[in-house]
Amino acid sequence: MSTSSNDTRALLDVRDVSKSFGVVQVLRSVSLQVTRGEVVTVIGPSGSGKTTLLRCVNFLESYDSGSIRIDGKEVGFRDPGTRQRRSERDLAAMRAETGMVFQSFNLFPHLTAAGNIMLGLRKVRGKSEAEARSIAEHWLGRVGLAHKADSLPAELSGGQQQRVGIARAVAMEPKILLLDEITSALDPELVGEVLAVVRSLAEDGMTMLMVTHEMAFARDASSRIVFMADGGVSAVGPPKEILAAETTNERLRTFLARFRASHF
Amino acid sequence: MGYALNFNLIWRHFDKLWGGLLLSLELAVISIAIGIVIGLVLAVWYVSAGRVVRTIIAAYVEFIRNVPLILLVYLVFYGLPTVVDLAYSAPTSFILTLSVYSGAYLVEVFRSGLEAVPRGQLDAGKAIGLTPWQRLIHVRLPTMLRITLPALSNTFISLFKDTSIASVISVPELTYGAQWINFNTFRIVEVYLVTTAMYLLTGYALLFGLRLVERRFRAAR
Repeated sequence: MSTSSNDTRALLDVRDVSKSFGVVQVLRSVSLQVTRGEVVTVIGPSGSGKTTLLRCVNFLESYDSGSIRIDGKEVGFRDPGTRQRRSERDLAAMRAETGMVFQSFNLFPHLTAAGNIMLGLRKVRGKSEAEARSIAEHWLGRVGLAHKADSLPAELSGGQQQRVGIARAVAMEPKILLLDEITSALDPELVGEVLAVVRSLAEDGMTMLMVTHEMAFARDASSRIVFMADGGVSAVGPPKEILAAETTNERLRTFLARFRASHF
Repeated sequence: MGYALNFNLIWRHFDKLWGGLLLSLELAVISIAIGIVIGLVLAVWYVSAGRVVRTIIAAYVEFIRNVPLILLVYLVFYGLPTVVDLAYSAPTSFILTLSVYSGAYLVEVFRSGLEAVPRGQLDAGKAIGLTPWQRLIHVRLPTMLRITLPALSNTFISLFKDTSIASVISVPELTYGAQWINFNTFRIVEVYLVTTAMYLLTGYALLFGLRLVERRFRAAR
C-alpha cells in the first residue's frame, strides 16, 4: 500500500518492551518484528501478555521501557530515548495508521454498520459523506454484509458485528491490522465466517498481528507464530517449526497439551 | 361535611392559573436549558480533570443537593442583592437559582452516564484515530445520552414541579396563581384540586413526550 518506505525493514518493530501493572510484570523485554505482508500470530496461555502487547502497538496501553516502531516511527513517545508521550493529536494520527479489531467487537451502538465504518473515514481521513459511504459499502461487500449497511449493531449477530468491526478497521487502510482474539466472544458456528474474512485479507497481503486461540487457523494462515509465556516471547518461528518445537520447549508442550485436551 | 364544591369562581379566575402554568413552563424550560449546559460542561470536565477540579465540582453538587431549594431561592432573591450591587426581577432571580440547582443534579446524571460508557467503545474510537474531542462528540456523548435518558426524564419532571417554589418570592406562576385565587375567593379545595390536576396533566404530558424520545433512542440502540 505504501510505496515510499523501505520494504526490507520490519514494518512493525517491537524492541525490549517491558510493562508492569503495579507489581505484576505483564511484558518482559518483548521483541518482535513483523514485515510487510506477514501474518504473525501470537499464542499462549491467558495472562501471558498477548493482549497487552497488542494494545501497546497502537498505544492503547503505554509501556515502561523499550520501543515500538511502525514504519520506522516511534509509536507512543516523541523521540527515541525520551519517554515523553506524544500529544493526543499525534497519538490519534499514529493510531489511524493501525487498525484494530476487538474481542468484544466494540461497534458504536448508535451508528449503523455503514456509519461505524464512515466515522473514521469522515473525521480522521476527511472524506466526503458520499466518498465515505461508497468506501463503507465496498468493505461491507467484502465482508459479505452489503445488505446490512443500514442495520444497527443491535440488529446484527455476533459474527456479523465482528465482520463490521473488521471492515471498520481495514476501511481506514491501516499499515497493519491488529486482531485481538476476535473470535473468542463468538458462538462456535459463527467463528468460520469471521476467519474466512481474515483469510481473504491475508491473501490480499494485509499485514496482520493477531492474538488467537484458534490453533488450526494460526497454523494454516500465519507466516509465523509467536508463543508467549509469562510476559515474554518463549518461541517464535513458522507454524511447522513452532509445533515441532514442542519437543524442546517445555512450556509450549504444556500449553499445547492443555489446549488439545480442551479443544479436541 | 358542610362544604359544597363550587368551581364557578375558579373558572372566572382561570386566566391566573393558565397564565401561571405557562410561566411555570417557561421558568422550567429556561432553567433546565441553562442547567443542561452547566451539567454537561462540568460533567465532561469532571471525568477528564484532576483531583482539585473534581473536588470543587463535587462540593458544588453536594452543597446544592443538601440545601433545600426554597432556602436557595431566598438567598439569591433577598440575600445576594444586599451583598453585591445587583438588581433583578423575581422571575430572573428564580431562573438563576433553578439553573444552578438543576445544573448540580444534571452534573450527577451526566457524569454517571459518561462513566457508564463502555471502555471498549472508547478504545474503538481511539483505534480509528479519533482525537479526544472527536471521541467525546461522536462516541461518548451519544452513548451517554442513551444511557441517561430515563434518569433525565425524571430529573426534568422533578425540576418542573420545583418551579412552584417561585411562588414564595411572588413570581406569578401556577402555584402563586392558585394562592391568589384562594385568598380572593376562599375556594381552597376547588382551586388546589384544579391546580393539582394541571400539574399532573402537564407532568404526564412531559413524561409522555420524553418517553417518545427514549423509545426512538432505544430503537436506535
